[in-house]
Amino acid sequence: MSDLVTITIDGVEVNVPKGTLVVDAAKRIGNDIPVFCYHPKMTPVGMCRMCLVEIGLPVRDRATGELLRNPDGTPQINFGRNLQTACTVQVSPGMVVRTNTPFVREGREAIIEFILSSHPLDCPICDKGGECPLQNLTMAHGKGDTRMEFTDKMKLAKHVPLGELIYLDRERCIQCGRCVRFQDEVVDDPVLQFHNRGRSLEIVTMSDPGFDSYWSGNTTDICPVGALTTADFRFGARPWELTPVATLSPHGPAGSNMTFSTRIEAAAGGRTVIKRIMPRQHELVNEIWISDRDRFVHHFADAPERLTQPLLRKNGSLIPVSWDEALEFVAQKLKGFDGTAVAGLSGDRMSNEDFFLFQKLIRQGLKSNHIDLANGRLAGGDVVAQVGVVNDTTYDLPQRLGVGDAVLVVACDLHEEEPVWWLRARQAAKRGATLVTLNARPTRLDREAAFAIHYAPGTAVETIRRLLNAAKVEVEQSDDPIVAAAQALVKANNLTIFYGAEGITYEESDAIARLLGNLLLVKNGGSGHVGRVNNGLIPVWPHNNTQGAWDMGIHPAFEPGYKPVKTPGRNATAVYAGVANGEIRALYLMGADPVGDGLMDGRGQLKLLVVQELFLTQTAALADVVLPAQSWAEREGTFTSGERRVQRYYPAITPVGECRPDWQILAQMGERLGLGKAPFAASLVFRDLAKVVKPYKGMDYRSLAQVAKQWPDVGGEDLYYGGTAYENRSGLGQQWPITPPKEPFAVPDVEVPVPQGLTLMRIAALYTPGTLNRHTKLLAARLAQPTLLLHPQDAYALALQDGEPVTVAVNSGNVQATLRISEDAPVGLALIRAIPYQPGTAVAHITRVAEFASS
Amino acid sequence: MTHILLRHRDIPGIHKLDVYRAHGGYQALQKALSEHTPDEVIQIVRDSSLRGRGGAGFPTGVKWSFIPKAPGDKYVIINTDESETGTFKDRELCEYNPHQVIEGALIAAYAIGAKTVYNYFRGEYMDAAHAFEEALQEAYAAGLIGQNILGSGFSVDFYCHYGAGAYICGEETALIKSLEGELGQPWSKPPFPAIEGLYGKPTVVNNTETLANVPPIIINGADWYKSMGTPQSPGPKIVCMSGHVEKPGNYEVEMGVTYRQLIEMAGGMRGGKKFKALLPSGGSGPVITEKALDAPLTYEGLTPFGSVMGSASVIVMDETVDMVWAAQKMTHFFKHESCGKCTPCREGTFWMEKVLHRIYEGHGSQKDVDTLQSVAQQIKGKTLCALGEFAVSPVLSTLAHFPQEYRAKLAK
Repeated sequence: MSDLVTITIDGVEVNVPKGTLVVDAAKRIGNDIPVFCYHPKMTPVGMCRMCLVEIGLPVRDRATGELLRNPDGTPQINFGRNLQTACTVQVSPGMVVRTNTPFVREGREAIIEFILSSHPLDCPICDKGGECPLQNLTMAHGKGDTRMEFTDKMKLAKHVPLGELIYLDRERCIQCGRCVRFQDEVVDDPVLQFHNRGRSLEIVTMSDPGFDSYWSGNTTDICPVGALTTADFRFGARPWELTPVATLSPHGPAGSNMTFSTRIEAAAGGRTVIKRIMPRQHELVNEIWISDRDRFVHHFADAPERLTQPLLRKNGSLIPVSWDEALEFVAQKLKGFDGTAVAGLSGDRMSNEDFFLFQKLIRQGLKSNHIDLANGRLAGGDVVAQVGVVNDTTYDLPQRLGVGDAVLVVACDLHEEEPVWWLRARQAAKRGATLVTLNARPTRLDREAAFAIHYAPGTAVETIRRLLNAAKVEVEQSDDPIVAAAQALVKANNLTIFYGAEGITYEESDAIARLLGNLLLVKNGGSGHVGRVNNGLIPVWPHNNTQGAWDMGIHPAFEPGYKPVKTPGRNATAVYAGVANGEIRALYLMGADPVGDGLMDGRGQLKLLVVQELFLTQTAALADVVLPAQSWAEREGTFTSGERRVQRYYPAITPVGECRPDWQILAQMGERLGLGKAPFAASLVFRDLAKVVKPYKGMDYRSLAQVAKQWPDVGGEDLYYGGTAYENRSGLGQQWPITPPKEPFAVPDVEVPVPQGLTLMRIAALYTPGTLNRHTKLLAARLAQPTLLLHPQDAYALALQDGEPVTVAVNSGNVQATLRISEDAPVGLALIRAIPYQPGTAVAHITRVAEFASS
Repeated sequence: MTHILLRHRDIPGIHKLDVYRAHGGYQALQKALSEHTPDEVIQIVRDSSLRGRGGAGFPTGVKWSFIPKAPGDKYVIINTDESETGTFKDRELCEYNPHQVIEGALIAAYAIGAKTVYNYFRGEYMDAAHAFEEALQEAYAAGLIGQNILGSGFSVDFYCHYGAGAYICGEETALIKSLEGELGQPWSKPPFPAIEGLYGKPTVVNNTETLANVPPIIINGADWYKSMGTPQSPGPKIVCMSGHVEKPGNYEVEMGVTYRQLIEMAGGMRGGKKFKALLPSGGSGPVITEKALDAPLTYEGLTPFGSVMGSASVIVMDETVDMVWAAQKMTHFFKHESCGKCTPCREGTFWMEKVLHRIYEGHGSQKDVDTLQSVAQQIKGKTLCALGEFAVSPVLSTLAHFPQEYRAKLAK
């Protein structure tokens, strides 16, 4: 290939793409040039000077441009007078690099000595000790002695909170600026800065609250010393005591790869507990970044409020009983109901194994098709099965969206809903892709968007239909942003579409998924945007395994693998209606709290209510039987991401009490209902489901655990860049293939009541208070508070003031929120966040809380 | 001699536009705009062999020629940060002969196709900057800056920016960062400012004195310019004489005069004391001794003596000066001014100052002197920008020339 450049490093030839940095070229052949400030995910700055090497270039005759040669025919190489930083110099043909000469070794020794001259010797109590690049490089390149008088050393503050999540030890900081650059370049939250100069140079936070970013934890991973630590982990354990266990995010639909660091703890009664969560490298999923929600929200797994024993209602109260008694009770009771009177509703955080056995129990064990997600917000799983996105299959610098490509983001706020995807869309735009956002209100992604289109509430379907129609015809130029955006999308080499459910109903989202599917199918002179790498539809599901729930047939009309059901059952709404009017007599719930979510009005006329749960939720408190389930940290299983990547997670901590994994409870229940012997391992359930769920064919726990060499090579045992848990040794998962449709999707007509007057729309917040977030005390101050955003004009019309408490009608009740006057809210559209889910838009009923007096 | 740069010394009131114009002012601009293409202007400056007067001596015309020809935003920045110890030449130019600097900058802008010029003033230069701004206003009013200058269709805006008093902001990339409103820290080149400078656009950063040379070159031609000075270092140079001389101040000379002549020019050694050493380029150039006094003031003249002309801020020291004290003072300066971005400069200057202070106070040992020497050597050649290189020269040169003074201070 012509864009490869050959250089020689310590006598070894290496071919690398043009533009490669010397430091990366060396890494390719296993020559680890030591670095501190350099990180392959960020622009090089050449600050720490650790990577100094000798770089020589071939000498050319000035007049003729001919290479000058030595008498033996080898090209003459001119080495500069000084050492050069390997992290800032790009390769060029014929370059010769020396990394192991006395000159270079002296240079490294000098830099290590300088860095250590003001670094404290507190390794024995430092969180980074044992996985610290500075320790390693000191051992490899340091003098082993110091000439600095101890009295000359700087003494600086050691516990500087940069907000309540991250602490800075100013003595340990070596001013490499990785954290500052990460916040600025990678995640666009430039809340850290260097302050002052010279030896007084320090890291400061410039936000209120301090270090205000959803990504702050990542800076502690990339910090090459122990200067930045999380409040969650600092002084909590020594790295060598920790056992890494691979896991996945239990929150968002991106399927972020993570690693638990666990330890057996006396304080926990000898149980294995989670000490911290670190990202695990997956270049096609989350690269090496995770949001603070993924990092810190794990304490619910160890929460004292967890259910520990099966509970059976006796004489009106829930009494702990044995598993046998509870299972037997439920099985016998269930046998007494006709299939038409039984329903099963599930949450969407469970594993594929759980879902598969859940629908099997309801469909085959209880002969009912009344099966659905208890709180389904977004439709289109069946569309995604045909036009879902296709990932690259290479992990060595995979193909990413950039110049000539396009990203469309519809009806969602990726920054709040799935930050990893927000990052991906933003980075695509930064690399030159055309970003189009379509929503009822501005979102943060609009900053990077070439077209940010805001439609009136209730007109989402109509707007996307216009976009689709505009894409079908060739237009040279248009002043209509929808037409111009449609042209940019259809003409893009690659097109990835994200769609969510902000401000739209479930029915609308179904129509939107189909319209967007048709948009991907539009050829208009090109080849369409289906079935190729980086093309397709990504649903921004509300939770980590909504995709798996669809795949496994948690749907009244689809069996596993999207096989249509002959006589579709009731959807969740119809089930709740049946509960109220007595048509549904028995309800089996798994990981769902419809009463707490305001979807179901108590027990209604139910004769039997069974709940599988982690906590005694409002619904569980009303149940006849409560079956305690294990959290994701205690068991294994698979989740499927919105990109249809099936991935494994592994058991990390000692199970709480007598809790059992959901799939096991369901299998044991099934056994009692004549469904055959219960499988004894999740892997066997997966084996069974892979036989039935067509797209999963060929997958098993072994194939899902396969890994590949990933570049950049972050996180190996050499701790080259720091951040020990990055290496992915436990599986990259497998993306299931799509089968593109031959014909465009039929789009149902949707009745959308357009609210008159001031309209209310719920918007997402990453830290919405909820069952899981609430248990991470560390985030308490950052949990989003119910807030109503109102355009100044609307606030003026209602004579409301900024900061005023107001009451807002939400779902069927009232919520108290603080009013914020903000131009983030469009005129006529009130936005409310940190409240329970409310679909679509509604007429806004806002009332003043009388006592408020402005100060 | 008639001054070419410090013309206000010959022509009182030349800071006023009418006086400047009455003495040929802005005719170079007129000539450049009406008679030369931008490329021709660059060629004339190249032919004149004018070299950067900030100290590095890079050929100015060559620097201008690096700017891409493609249309787009480009910038000219006048570097009046002038923070080198003992340097005060740009201040005098901006305060008393501002129009010549403005005219030079406008010609530079025309040559490279810039539509905006910034003058970056050292924060302490309030008086000079105010005088300069007054001159700017006059020139704006007269149509010499702004839209369609002198009917040529060429338009330029001109702004003054006040730094916050950081030495490092005299380094061109740190200056650009500071001008952008960020922390003044240099970046590792490439990218060079000519390609990615201010706001990521092609930018020329020239020293104030350099630009003041441009109008007479345009008027009188390259050959006239080269008739002054030496072939490699042609033209006039302002020398800032300070320290132990009778008449400190700025002196405009032809390049090639010797340092001995410069001391004579400045009235000789103060109080008839004996010469000991001089700093040819403020704190950043290694000290020279008696042996080097007959070297010529050129970019190359002090090379055999291990030093540099730099910005020609000559600080003369007589026999009373304690060289350890001087080294300590200068090291303190560099430690104070280090931006802290790169490790060797940040840690090294801090360490050197601690050790030097101990030695100066009489508590040092031979081990301290060895450490000092070694630390300075360790900084050299490893820093991100030139400040680190400068920072070791007071230490290394005083250690080389006056080792006995260090020995005398060691604890008994």
